[in-house]
Amino acid sequence: MQHTLTIARRQFRAYFDGPVAYIVVCTALLILGAFFWNTFFLFGRATAREMFNFLPIIMILGAPAMTMNLLAEEKRTGTIELLATMPIRDSAIIVGKFLGVLGLYAVMLALTLTYPYSVARLGDLDWGPVITGYLGLLLQGGAMLALGLLASSWTQNQIVAYFVGASLCFGFWIIDRFIVFMPAGVASVFEWLSFDYHFQSMARGVIDTRDVIYFLSVIGLSLGLAFRSLESRRWS
Amino acid sequence: MHEAMIEATGLSKRYGEAYALRDVSFRVNKGEVLGFLGPNGAGKTTTMKLLTCFMAPSAGTARVNGCDIGSDSLGARAAIGYLPESTPLYTEMLVNDYLEFAGQMRGLKGHPLVKAMRRVIEQASLGDVLGKSIGQLSKGYRQRVGLAQALIHEPPILILDEPMSGLDPNQAVEIRDVIRDIGKERTVILSTHNLAEVQVTCGRVLIIAKGRLVADDTPDTLQARAGQVLLEVEVLSEGTNATALESLLASLPSMRQVQVSADKEAGLLRAVLTPAAGHDGAGHAARAAVFRAVSGAGLTLVGLRQLQGSLEQVFRELTLSGPQSSTAPKAQSATDIGEAETIDAASSDDAEDR
Repeated sequence: MQHTLTIARRQFRAYFDGPVAYIVVCTALLILGAFFWNTFFLFGRATAREMFNFLPIIMILGAPAMTMNLLAEEKRTGTIELLATMPIRDSAIIVGKFLGVLGLYAVMLALTLTYPYSVARLGDLDWGPVITGYLGLLLQGGAMLALGLLASSWTQNQIVAYFVGASLCFGFWIIDRFIVFMPAGVASVFEWLSFDYHFQSMARGVIDTRDVIYFLSVIGLSLGLAFRSLESRRWS
Repeated sequence: MHEAMIEATGLSKRYGEAYALRDVSFRVNKGEVLGFLGPNGAGKTTTMKLLTCFMAPSAGTARVNGCDIGSDSLGARAAIGYLPESTPLYTEMLVNDYLEFAGQMRGLKGHPLVKAMRRVIEQASLGDVLGKSIGQLSKGYRQRVGLAQALIHEPPILILDEPMSGLDPNQAVEIRDVIRDIGKERTVILSTHNLAEVQVTCGRVLIIAKGRLVADDTPDTLQARAGQVLLEVEVLSEGTNATALESLLASLPSMRQVQVSADKEAGLLRAVLTPAAGHDGAGHAARAAVFRAVSGAGLTLVGLRQLQGSLEQVFRELTLSGPQSSTAPKAQSATDIGEAETIDAASSDDAEDR
């Protein structure tokens, strides 16, 4: 556990030693701000719903940018060899890396709090759905980051990791938009698999344990597969 | 009986159909500095990756500090400090932060961590660069950071994959001194191409070729296998000529063969003598006889040195020999031996200077 946190801390700090953290966070905040205030003044509604609709789309592109280097770069430069020969389990590497990038995402989320805060100053904001929405954002973002980490574990090339990660995130986000073309049984499965389906209820202020469990399962499964992928070097 | 720190039995590693390593067994005792020699792709790095538990062997096993690399890999890893090939480090980190991270990963914290950091910073002379990011450092300094992280938990075993490669001669000597220092109290395995390095640093050599272990011996014994020691004599050419010198030296009973060449520019005659059977070129008797013969004839002796059969020769013989291609490598090694001799003449020069 100690080692996991050490890895997480190093990873978190590494983001701020390089440009990645600043670029991703600033871009996300700028885009979000533009869309958010547009709708705010257009419709004159004191709500954070618009933000909850846009942030997942931004994260489809942003999450893989945060995660693409996590394992791909370590494999390319060979630093993974030092890390994986420390007396720690491979799972500590995966979980540590995930917590590190989750920390960066949490910083980004914390900065977006300025938007609902401003709204609350201007109008009468209902904080309930905002809080559940943020929990939803954290879970959904976490699932996207876990998928990105998984993609990063498959390759040594960051660009490949980015596009595979972005495709996975996009796939999970859009999967329920196709259900119109599908037989009912398959459609409900696809709907259930979709990020958006589980996120929307949280954005409306409802916390359903099934939604929480869904996101935690996606995270767990992705990290488990990434662990397998990292471990596979031993027998390849 | 010495305590075995590393004991490998029948280690094999297969990538698909091809064997990178085939049935390699060896042991390394406490306090030994073991050199791992072999051409590129021979399996040195693979062996190291198996011992450090980065990869699992296809067959065979090894015990590191008493821990099996398969069933107790965490125990084995805890006993090892590892410097992988080409020193992969987090280039964006500051040296100080990196060492702290390495220490924490080894379970150090608080005061012991600070103490350990201070110790390795001194051992690797990193005091001047602590605040720099690793990416800014020269290759030599990077190598030292790599060594420092490998030493931070005072491991009983150090595994260094080509610690000297890519360094200029000054840096190489510095790193070599650090390694020799470490080797006094720890077990060290290092791989290298540099044979001179092995002779200076290592107490024992493993030569590996095409995934198989082909030699396991001390550098001196291996060198002895390269054949006898020759003598090189230099005489001022004033008052004599090549033929006269040749007949003079050939008359010595201890010499079997004499080859004289004239260096007109330097005004020297140079003779290479092969000791006769039963006479040892390494002993001083042979050299004394040469001196007496030359000075007795009224000539001026200006150089007398031993040309040793080199580790290079053994290395080539062992690693190039294959049942199907016995002619080609031989032709090659014949020309290479010439080079090897000049290298050795130079190094024995150094020895004389000291």
